[in-house]
Amino acid sequence: MQTLDMAEIALRDLNETLHAQAENTNQTAWEIVNPKGAHAIACGLDAPIEVTVKGHTGYYCGGMNKQATINIKGSAGPGVAENMMSGTVVIDGDASQYAGATGHGGLLVIKGNASSRCGISMKGIDIVVHGNIGHMSAFMAQSGNLVVCGDAGDALGDSLYEARLFVRGSVKSLGADCMEKEMRPEHLEILADLLEKAGADAKPEEFKRYGSARELYTFKIDNAY
Amino acid sequence: MTDTANGAPRTTPIQSATFSNPVNAEIRRAAATGIYDIRGGGAKRKVPHFDDLLFLGASISRYPLEGYREKCETKVTLGTRFAKNPIELDMPVTIAGMSFGALSGPAKEALGRGATLAGTSTTTGDGGMTNEERGHSNKLVYQYLPSRYGMNPDDLRRADAIEIVVGQGAKPGGGGMLLGQKISDRVAEMRNLPKGIDQRSACRHPDWTGPDDLEIKILELREITAWKVPIYIKIGGARPYFDTTLAVKAGADVVVLDGMQGGTAATQDVFIENVGQPILACIRESVRALQDLGMHREVQLVVSGGIRTGADVAKAMALGADAVAIGTAALIALGDNDPKWESEYNALGTTAGAYDDWHEGRDPAGITTQDPELMKRFDPVEGGRRLNNYLRVMTLEAQTIARACGKNHLHNLEREDLCALTMEAAAMAKIPLAGTDWYPGKPNTSY
Repeated sequence: MQTLDMAEIALRDLNETLHAQAENTNQTAWEIVNPKGAHAIACGLDAPIEVTVKGHTGYYCGGMNKQATINIKGSAGPGVAENMMSGTVVIDGDASQYAGATGHGGLLVIKGNASSRCGISMKGIDIVVHGNIGHMSAFMAQSGNLVVCGDAGDALGDSLYEARLFVRGSVKSLGADCMEKEMRPEHLEILADLLEKAGADAKPEEFKRYGSARELYTFKIDNAY
Repeated sequence: MTDTANGAPRTTPIQSATFSNPVNAEIRRAAATGIYDIRGGGAKRKVPHFDDLLFLGASISRYPLEGYREKCETKVTLGTRFAKNPIELDMPVTIAGMSFGALSGPAKEALGRGATLAGTSTTTGDGGMTNEERGHSNKLVYQYLPSRYGMNPDDLRRADAIEIVVGQGAKPGGGGMLLGQKISDRVAEMRNLPKGIDQRSACRHPDWTGPDDLEIKILELREITAWKVPIYIKIGGARPYFDTTLAVKAGADVVVLDGMQGGTAATQDVFIENVGQPILACIRESVRALQDLGMHREVQLVVSGGIRTGADVAKAMALGADAVAIGTAALIALGDNDPKWESEYNALGTTAGAYDDWHEGRDPAGITTQDPELMKRFDPVEGGRRLNNYLRVMTLEAQTIARACGKNHLHNLEREDLCALTMEAAAMAKIPLAGTDWYPGKPNTSY
């Protein structure tokens, strides 16, 4: 285990060290201590390493991640795992706004609650939230899966494209062009897999599925809001 | 109207200036279709522009340089504030961001070829970076847009600069559109969206909201790219003084300022013609912001929106810009709206020079299309050659003017070299009206 102490090294040195890890590095386990809410921790990683952040993080922790597994032993600030391409980011606490925004791939697990705009414009990422999510989540979400074990706030899935949304609890309101859809066997299979990967204690049958009504896919006067 | 039954002369029919034929036609079109007009390009209305400024030249009080002989430098370096590797260009004319999707792959390739031959940069657009564009562009600026279509860290790291697009002159406050006709398999795959649907590009970024957030976003981008490449911030001509101030505060290396004449691939005509300011009205305010911050020339200013000639380049630089960017003009150089396709433009209900339905993907010139048959009409090698020629002519023209003003570098052009032909231009650019030492709003003067 390699330890990087942010009380002693600068953010630039920390990220430079992690960026220097190659595909075949044997230094695969890293620990970051004293993050103290710093921004851009462990962003842009591109190696199969495991990084554990012991504390809370600021904006964009794990941003644009590829391959790496990042564990945040605390809560995460806005934009955690934004535009993630692959790998895994697990947050023990809560996540602020825009968690997993525009993510193309990989798995984001939030064991607490997520704030507003969780999964905004997601493009293939899988997000599992053990708790609740805030308003305008999955806004313009294009593809991937958003699983919410708790409740969803207002305007879920507004202007949704092809992302799948699964919610176990209540949905305060659906956004424009988002509708409840039939839960078919293939969806239960996807859910079961994601819940297992995320260590979430929930049964697929307890969820409802939401998706795009596809009424906004072409410009016409009836679509004007 | 006078009754002519008794043989008295009739009053001449007069068209209303308010309800003109084009206005009435648009009312009828709207009534028939129920949807607003969508088109490409920038503002077509006449607005105060660089044509309303003149250079004074030199005589006894100023000493000129010999045209074509004495040296007049054109090189420019962008991104000197924080980036380890600023962009060094042979000329201060760059190619503005235009998307793959809006343009065909060969057209993007031609922009890269032409810019590279001329020693300048080109820019990606909404939809991501293509290999042919990267491969043919020696200096490629990667746009970081609200939609994040095709956005990935690998392309970010292989870019020579990053341009965070906050807005553009054609539609400050508006997002982009790419209609289904142009969503080919390849475009759909790059954007991770179903083929054939009408796409919206978001009007604001998904993971930051204000200048304080933007500062942190820039930190993240710099960390991911190891502080190597310059970060530009592109703004539309909305409130240039405040927007420039905030862009600098957020940490920009370069501010890109786009006036309302700047083109878009597609948006509502009402937006293009009624939102945003002409570039002439924006440059002075942006330069003033940089000067007030003590950052003029430290943070470089690139201006765009209606740049057509070397005279426009020289005037923009005399007003305080470090470089310019061209979009529409570059497309015309490639062959867009060429009269040789007139019969086909006619078949589309338009004429060469007026064709702006780029979103429909039926461009006879094969540039603003994803139709494989139309794309075959466009040769990227020839297109690149033409663009290089045009860029070099613009630079020669700007040098000609600079030498006439006694300047041995385009950057040495200054406001004092200019006069304004109209009150409007004088007021907007704060350049004295020709024959006077006065402009509207000049301190300690009155009308």
